[in-house]
Amino acid sequence: MPSAISGRLVRPAALFTGVLLASLVAGCGAAEDGSTTAPNPSATATSAAPAGAQDGVLTVQDPWVKAADTGMTGAFATLVNDTDSDVTITGASSPVSPLELHEMAMQDGKMVMRAKDGGVVIKAGTEHRLEPGGDHLMLMNLAQPVRAGDEVSFTLTFGDGRTQTFTAVAKPFTGAQESYAPGHGEPMPGMSPSHSPAP
Amino acid sequence: MTSTSRPVSRRGLLTGGALAAGGTLAAAAVVGATRDGGRTGAPEQVPVAATVGAATEPFHGVRQSGITTEPQAHAAFVAFTLRPGTDRAALGRMLRLLSDDAARLTQGRPALADTEPELGLLPARLTVTFGFGPGLFTAAGLDERRPPSVADLPPFSIDRLQPRWSGGDLLVQICADDPITVAHAQRVLVKDGRPFATVRWVQSGFRRAAGAEPGRTQRNLFGQLDGTANPKPGEPLETAVWIPDGPDWLRDGTTLVVRRISMDLETWDLLGRTDREFSVGRRLDTGAPLTGTAEHDEPDFAALGPDGLTVIPDFSHLTRAHVSDDRFRILRRPYNYDGVPAADGTADSGLIFAAYQADIARQFLPIQQRLAERDLLNEWTTPIGSAVFAIPPGCPEGGWVGQQLLD
Repeated sequence: MPSAISGRLVRPAALFTGVLLASLVAGCGAAEDGSTTAPNPSATATSAAPAGAQDGVLTVQDPWVKAADTGMTGAFATLVNDTDSDVTITGASSPVSPLELHEMAMQDGKMVMRAKDGGVVIKAGTEHRLEPGGDHLMLMNLAQPVRAGDEVSFTLTFGDGRTQTFTAVAKPFTGAQESYAPGHGEPMPGMSPSHSPAP
Repeated sequence: MTSTSRPVSRRGLLTGGALAAGGTLAAAAVVGATRDGGRTGAPEQVPVAATVGAATEPFHGVRQSGITTEPQAHAAFVAFTLRPGTDRAALGRMLRLLSDDAARLTQGRPALADTEPELGLLPARLTVTFGFGPGLFTAAGLDERRPPSVADLPPFSIDRLQPRWSGGDLLVQICADDPITVAHAQRVLVKDGRPFATVRWVQSGFRRAAGAEPGRTQRNLFGQLDGTANPKPGEPLETAVWIPDGPDWLRDGTTLVVRRISMDLETWDLLGRTDREFSVGRRLDTGAPLTGTAEHDEPDFAALGPDGLTVIPDFSHLTRAHVSDDRFRILRRPYNYDGVPAADGTADSGLIFAAYQADIARQFLPIQQRLAERDLLNEWTTPIGSAVFAIPPGCPEGGWVGQQLLD
């Protein structure tokens, strides 16, 4: 399953976002029960990075996080695996919130978004786009407001125990709301423009 | 943006423009020809389009771009009012975001989280220039750092200022040779500014299209050449525009005065050509002073005509605005505006007068005072908006504009 999924993940996410908008919410809702979450972020947030971690397992391009005062929000980037071996992301953490890896996956014949418990595999020589309406890092419960222009630290944990930290800037962003569309329960806190943080 | 779509659409533009007067039938015939030609005849034209669209101006550097940069064809001056609570730290976060947007878009890369990334691919010499109004210094708790002359201008008798075109805490001057590029940059910057500020006013303006009249002084909608007496590149420009010393949040900065000048085309229409040239002191066609034959000839204010009067009238715009010392010159970088005429055809036209100078009090105010006192052009022009800004120095890669002041 993981390898099959990762093959889809390296597609430009724009290809599937448009088609699958309506099904995302169900997947996201399923994630909220917490039964399939990524490893608890607190386990890795403060652990010392192994030597070489700062060189970066992946190249993290254009990281950003969606500004929000409370509740949930998402973080996005393009993750590039320039190495000649596959890389598995098994967890992610941030000082501002517990985190889950959310991914697109085939479930009962349709694509859904859900937490990924087996890790996200990024094949050698591919890139993986985390973007609104597609795969993303889900900040589950903000401990503090993430204000526009804030710089938020994230740490990825890989299957071999290595970690990689990057900083994402917070952007005001109201796009891709349809990903969490009406008709599928409550919109996610922090995903609404009414939650735009004060300066 | 495929390799084939570019020549087709360009060719469509060119033929469409050339045949605009030809009527519907002719235009219909051209469509077929264009489709055909798009596959065969267009490739040699592609480099021309690519030159205009792909051209870039630097964003990072000691000084901000968009000041001594050769003026682009289109501009939007966007003034913001800071929201209550936008303090020094929030300003830092705001300018970090807006500087990053500018750094990317000016180099032909979409902004971070750009919702229309395709619109970010043609920079067309885009520049984004940030200016700090008096209110920004107050909001940051840094009034003591505000250059003294960065304050509302004293009232002039000719002013009919409207709040909707005046003031502003933060200015973003967006210029590019392509209007879609300007529109997209404006949208991105306004969106990212929204948590911190509201839009106070936007003034959109234009000059000749890129490449239409290379190297020429721009014409305003009175038909006058506008900007002839600008300081020349090199030492004169250096002296007039840039702040040479002082603390690092001022050095290599400058100041900007933006005045919206309504130009009354209806009463201007009543003048004959001779009177029009008297009012300016220059020929309309060449821009030459009335005592000369070429645009950049030095005016001879003492020369007398056969009637015993000076050839260049004492009340002409040229006489009143003339400055010979570079230390007292200003760099004019204006754009025309042209609103929608009233039902009776009355024009809503004018000039977004933008002047850069190291010191407003030393350079701009004396000129403006002389013009306000006695300049025949005042008969047909009315200042309806006014704003002043400190232009901070530029920023290095990874930095943001204003960091020296606010961080």
